[in-house]
Amino acid sequence: MAKITQDQKDYQELVKNSKPKPPYLKNLVMAFLVGGLICVIGQLILNFYISLGLESTKEAPSATSATLVFLGAFLTGLGVYDKIGKRAGAGSIVPITGFANSIVAPAMEFKSEGYVFGVAAKMFVVAGPVLVYGIASSALIGLIYYVVKF
Amino acid sequence: MIDYIMAFLVGGLICAVGQILMDFTPLSPAHILVVFVTLGAILSGLGLYQPLIDLAGAGASVPLPGFGHTLVKGVMEEVNKSGALGILTGGLKATAAGITAAIVFGYIMALIFNPKPK
Repeated sequence: MAKITQDQKDYQELVKNSKPKPPYLKNLVMAFLVGGLICVIGQLILNFYISLGLESTKEAPSATSATLVFLGAFLTGLGVYDKIGKRAGAGSIVPITGFANSIVAPAMEFKSEGYVFGVAAKMFVVAGPVLVYGIASSALIGLIYYVVKF
Repeated sequence: MIDYIMAFLVGGLICAVGQILMDFTPLSPAHILVVFVTLGAILSGLGLYQPLIDLAGAGASVPLPGFGHTLVKGVMEEVNKSGALGILTGGLKATAAGITAAIVFGYIMALIFNPKPK
């Protein structure tokens, strides 16, 4: 690579200093508030299912996940979730509603490419890797557990 | 009331960690989801995630690491019940509701709605 002259160095410094800095603190606070709020909604739904008599360690959490996935998918369809996401960043990405969003958003976007290679294939652009790494690591951990246990 | 406060604090904190990764590392949101689900699985395998669920309820189960935890918990329970086969069956059994909901609702919503002009 060519040696950088002093002028170029000065210029890079100038660019670095004049570029607007992302509002890190605001992003962090928004992610915390929105992420926390989504989890509170999750807790409300969870307590509701438990009050209906669903078993509290498996059935109620499963029903809660399914409900949140529905809400995330529906709000993405309405275009509301992406509006929240613009302000909330990781606060709307990390909860399971964000997982639903990552499925619906590209599926809608690529509808014009058809229902197989458009909608169905693009559903898994982000969700696919999550499932691959989640399931593969759980199987690997299960194998280790099995070997250690028996 | 305390369960809502704990859900808010712990859930918010996990998302804040995700935001820090987004702002200060080159990781994309997709990378962060993959990292979180794997991290949840590993913590669960070490027995460290269940205490967080006991403490924070939905605050720990709703964020993506909770998905990794549910997978691993399912695998371990199934290994206890039916041996080595559980390694392959437990994870999806425990997460079936979430995954099927994601595929079915995701597909339906993508059919009904069209992307909004940006």
